[in-house]
Amino acid sequence: MTKIEDYGKYETAWCPGCGNFSLLEAMKSGLVKAGLAPDRVIFVSGIGQAAKAPHYLNANVFNGLHGRALPAATGAKIANHEMSVIVESGEGCCYGEGGNHFLAAIRRNIDIAMIVHDNQIYGLTKGQASPTSQEGMKTKAQPGGVLSERFNPVAVAVAMHAGFVARSFTGMPDHLSDMINLAIRHRGFALVDVLQPCVSFNKVNNFAWYKKRCRELPPDHDPLDWEKAMKIAMEWDEKIPVGVIYKNDRASFCDRLSVLGKGPLAERGVDKKELASILDEYM
Amino acid sequence: MSVRAFNIAIGGEAGQGIVTIGELLSKLLVRSGYHIVVTQSYQSRIRDGHNTFYVRTCPDLIEAPQESIDLLIALDGETIPIHSGKIGAGGLILADEALACEDERCLRIPYKELSKEKFNSTAVLGVASSILGLDREKAAALIGERFGKKHPEDVKENLLALARAFDWAAGNNERSAKFPKVAAGGGGAVQFPKASAGGGARMMMNGNQAIALGAVSAGARFCAFYPMTPSTSVPLTLISIAEKAGLVVEQVEDEIAAVNMAVGASYAGAPSMVATSGGGFALMVEGVSLAGMTETPLVLVVAQRPGPATGLPTRTEQADLGFVLHAGHGEFPRAILTPGTVEECFHLTRRAFFLAEEFQTPVFVLTDQYLADSFRAVEPFDIGSLDFVRPGSGYAHGGGPTGGAAPPGGEAAAGATAGRSGPESGAYLRHALTENGISPRLIPGMSANLVVTDSDEHTEDGHLTEDLEVRILMVEKRLKKSEGLIKKSVPPEYAGDDAPEILLVSWGSSRGPVMEAARALRENGKTTAVLHFSQVWPMAPEAFIKYLDKAGRVVSVEGNATGQLAALIARETGFMIGDRISRYDGRPLTPEYILRKFDSLAGKGSSPGGKE
Repeated sequence: MTKIEDYGKYETAWCPGCGNFSLLEAMKSGLVKAGLAPDRVIFVSGIGQAAKAPHYLNANVFNGLHGRALPAATGAKIANHEMSVIVESGEGCCYGEGGNHFLAAIRRNIDIAMIVHDNQIYGLTKGQASPTSQEGMKTKAQPGGVLSERFNPVAVAVAMHAGFVARSFTGMPDHLSDMINLAIRHRGFALVDVLQPCVSFNKVNNFAWYKKRCRELPPDHDPLDWEKAMKIAMEWDEKIPVGVIYKNDRASFCDRLSVLGKGPLAERGVDKKELASILDEYM
Repeated sequence: MSVRAFNIAIGGEAGQGIVTIGELLSKLLVRSGYHIVVTQSYQSRIRDGHNTFYVRTCPDLIEAPQESIDLLIALDGETIPIHSGKIGAGGLILADEALACEDERCLRIPYKELSKEKFNSTAVLGVASSILGLDREKAAALIGERFGKKHPEDVKENLLALARAFDWAAGNNERSAKFPKVAAGGGGAVQFPKASAGGGARMMMNGNQAIALGAVSAGARFCAFYPMTPSTSVPLTLISIAEKAGLVVEQVEDEIAAVNMAVGASYAGAPSMVATSGGGFALMVEGVSLAGMTETPLVLVVAQRPGPATGLPTRTEQADLGFVLHAGHGEFPRAILTPGTVEECFHLTRRAFFLAEEFQTPVFVLTDQYLADSFRAVEPFDIGSLDFVRPGSGYAHGGGPTGGAAPPGGEAAAGATAGRSGPESGAYLRHALTENGISPRLIPGMSANLVVTDSDEHTEDGHLTEDLEVRILMVEKRLKKSEGLIKKSVPPEYAGDDAPEILLVSWGSSRGPVMEAARALRENGKTTAVLHFSQVWPMAPEAFIKYLDKAGRVVSVEGNATGQLAALIARETGFMIGDRISRYDGRPLTPEYILRKFDSLAGKGSSPGGKE
């Protein structure tokens, strides 16, 4: 049995009061709920304050380039589909720099849980707008206010029939670890957009702001109902729904790759007989 | 030139079946014991335009294209005026009788009588094969194989068209009676040299197919790509054998995804590759740096075409040596292999996988459109002797860690199950400092050890650090691997006279044309040699500087405008190559081109090379 202690405890580089702390604890607790030992997990992250998170627990970690966590994670999953692969990074990395990969991962339905730290601001580079920043929000880089409309990752994911789409908030640690557990267990692409305050740079969307708005979906919400989910995904301003908004049981990418039926690629050698028959075609 | 080669050109519009006819004729020649060098010249369009498929053939080994044409197979009227000036004495044109052709060398063929339009390609093949004296049964077997799999309903009609074409061209009619078979050689017709009966047991493949097959034989398990000419046939070949070979090939959203996906797959234990061309590779550059920093094995196939930007998408050039050499921010080791033949495409791609795995760094196979599309007759490989890479068996490669690293295996699960209290607690060190810079590599999930790596500067255990003392150690550790890479570099090939009057220096696909040009210069009475690089980086000057020093006139021969290898040699050795033959019109180097340019250089007088 995997215990929470197996995932260790480390010093971090985060500001006191950062939402990342509760997300880190919820992550560990989600992993334990999912029954995963550290050596069966590969964390892939990009660049940003959130992308440092996998360094602060015990697991296999590939901390790659900004925006490129998803492709690296997709490669890792294809190489060894028996491993649980988790992408953990910020919204700038996942939806901004890596936006194209976000769309492609949903289309592939690659079996990866993508846990996005979404604080609606860039922390690492000290307070510029992020793809999810509220329109009109003033920052040093957008002194006249953000001109672009807020990117709605949940709505995009639902619109594209992503395998599993959830939202949570770092102020609801049990809910958050449940969402992480469900995302890890989902056999397909699973998004958890995690709202979290940035105490240093986002003075608008602070803890109280989220606390006031985040509402758990009613127990009778049917996540299989796409049209309903689409409607919920568009709710934001006064009431922000959290929970499993949408899911489906479409076969995952690796489940549709017949070549993986013979076991993980990482464990296979070269079959000389097959090689001979391949080369024979060139005679 | 004394080479007994015979050059066939098939010209026409895109969509007329030029490649189908060309490949079938090439295969028939290979099965009949001939060597071939195919050059494909095509426009960046799917229909219309003018395309040419050249098959230069010879019973003996040839390794270069030829400009003059002995047999022109014209599928449209435009082909004849475009190429007729290049048809040598006694050459022949094969054209449909419906095409206007004033040229007396033209044999006009009533294709309509020979086959339905649908099977025209087979009729063209039949006439050409018959005229060349190739075996009718071999041709029929080939048609059966080609159409039997995909269009069994068409086999009968195709065979009928083939038989009619063979009969017609055999001279059983008034018109062709004037044209004796080329093979018979009589009546002033061009001699088509007979291949010896013993030949035929060779494969036919082009450079990109050989790269794909080399990769699979070396244990490649994953390839990510975004389609880009002329690299695309590498992943397409892999896809055609993916089920049998047990690998995954994924067409991805962009080249950035491709390289990151390949690095991720390699980290998780699948020997991985990407294949692309100039602009696509430009998008991959940050990922190359990532492979260097995370010390993840990665093979990158870069098939060059003329740039800058979109350039000439379907033509050839050798102008990305400098780009590939310097691509990626920061300093890390790499190797660049530059195959000169189709066999080398196979063997050097294999070598790339072994080097990438051993030195845990990006390794390039740098080819170009000419070689990518050039079919050749290839001796069968000795499959039994072909080893493959085993990721994560790094303990056998690196000579062992100098300390700190846990042994591989199940029980060393310090980080995993014992609940270590900090990253420094004696767990597996992915980036352990060692004498040769190579850290023992483990694969996540293959033992209880945790494998941690980072694109940030990191400590031995792979966790990010801003400790500037560690930074120095890690830079030195990564660069230390260069020493091993140099030791394992393929030395340049030296062929020809000792201390020659002329030394031609070349790399990559220009090997064949340069070798043949050197033979011609030698026959003209000048002592000549070739110094050819099938690996351009890392470079070990002590392996070749003596040849440069001893030669009279040193001439670099490259398919680019600035002499990129010559510049690299100057940088690494201080030796300035005095003369340069460049080609950057999108066509491959040919022996004729090199000799023409050499003549105009010679007219200008020698510019002796030497150390500055």
